[in-house]
Amino acid sequence: MSKQSELIAEISGVNPLKCMKCGKCSASCPSFNEMDIKPHQFVSYIQRDDIEALTASKSLYKCLSCFACVERCPRGVKPGKLIDAARQLVLRQRGQEYLSPDEVPALLDEETPQQLLMSAFRKYRR
Amino acid sequence: MNYSYYPGCTLRNKAKDLDRWARECAEVLGFHLDELNDWQCCGGVYPLGSDEIASKLPSVRALNDAKEHGQDLVAVCSACYHVLKRVNNDMANVPDIQTRANNYMALDEPYKGETKVLHYLEVLRDRVGFDELKKKVVKPLSGRKIGAYYGCLLLRPSGILAFDDPEDPTILEDFIRALGAEPVIYPYRNECCGGYVSLKEPELAGSLCDRIADSAKGFEAECLVTACPLCKYNLSKSGKLPVVYFTELLAEALGIKEDDK
Ligand code: SF4
Ligand code: SF4
Ligand code: SF4
Ligand code: SF4
Repeated sequence: MSKQSELIAEISGVNPLKCMKCGKCSASCPSFNEMDIKPHQFVSYIQRDDIEALTASKSLYKCLSCFACVERCPRGVKPGKLIDAARQLVLRQRGQEYLSPDEVPALLDEETPQQLLMSAFRKYRR
Repeated sequence: MNYSYYPGCTLRNKAKDLDRWARECAEVLGFHLDELNDWQCCGGVYPLGSDEIASKLPSVRALNDAKEHGQDLVAVCSACYHVLKRVNNDMANVPDIQTRANNYMALDEPYKGETKVLHYLEVLRDRVGFDELKKKVVKPLSGRKIGAYYGCLLLRPSGILAFDDPEDPTILEDFIRALGAEPVIYPYRNECCGGYVSLKEPELAGSLCDRIADSAKGFEAECLVTACPLCKYNLSKSGKLPVVYFTELLAEALGIKEDDK
């Protein structure tokens, strides 16, 4: 395992080797159509140590952390946690943040709840 | 009965109705919400990284405060409930997090997950009881067809949240029935509305919300009910159905709020 896949395993606490490739996670995923790498493929990429593709994937910003895949995986693999850990890995490298304070005002409207901003900052910045 | 209460930052601002009616209805139903002193925002999402500590501390402080008051801790916002409950689980069951958080906070007595975290709906179901609630209804919402929208944060991961059956929940439907209205069961009631992605990917959240609202409409729901300010925001943007907080319906049925529909 490369340093990066070790980090992903460590951050996520997930063992990708338990996956039996049933595809239930991807079938459950509300963002499936938007993802270039699908949840079940994420698991295979990590098994294969192809981390570069994962860290460049737009799936990192399409995952909703809705835990549907986590709930339904029969093997306890938790693909959503792997995706989150891969995003963490990217965000922890300086200058790789997905949301900058400068762009925030333009994204707000009258009704935007604080919760949305707080959550987005948590998910998209270090 | 007194509970420690964690309102959360959104309930102080955009979601004032969720908060106000929760407090006022509690008095009608015979319990009291004691707001914690000096609570801080939980951050809105549970930090998934197993090495994260600092981002969990506001929740740990709130949990420990409730413990010091000898009270259960109640949240009304789905997201606060989710975060508090998962952090509490870490404090009870993950030795590394327990040790590091306690070292950081240096309390007189270490916190080990002793506090019971309850969602307001659980107080209604498990402490007040829906039968008792029904007896207190003075303006039944007869003839109204209401779709319960659970979303994700109340239900999953079910092993930790243990709130209701994650695939076939009933608590909101039972609540709606207790208020005299008719619950509408529709397939997308526990599908995510998109959550935080609506900030940067509004089209994605929009298409998810359209699917949810169309599904509910297809089963003849007239409105959706939620416990989450972000669900309400996202679903309201799609504009297909009115979205209300469960506490607003409760207040209406208890006769303390006019129906301003
Ligand atoms: S649901 Fe679990 S076991 Fe099935 S493919 Fe996805 S990660 Fe693998
Ligand atoms: S957590 Fe992410 S990957 Fe898993 S089902 Fe939800 S959106 Fe899909
Ligand atoms: S969950 Fe939301 S409302 Fe609750 S405290 Fe956290 S950010 Fe604020
Ligand atoms: S449905 Fe959306 S806003 Fe509601 S709990 Fe899920 S992610 Fe949060």
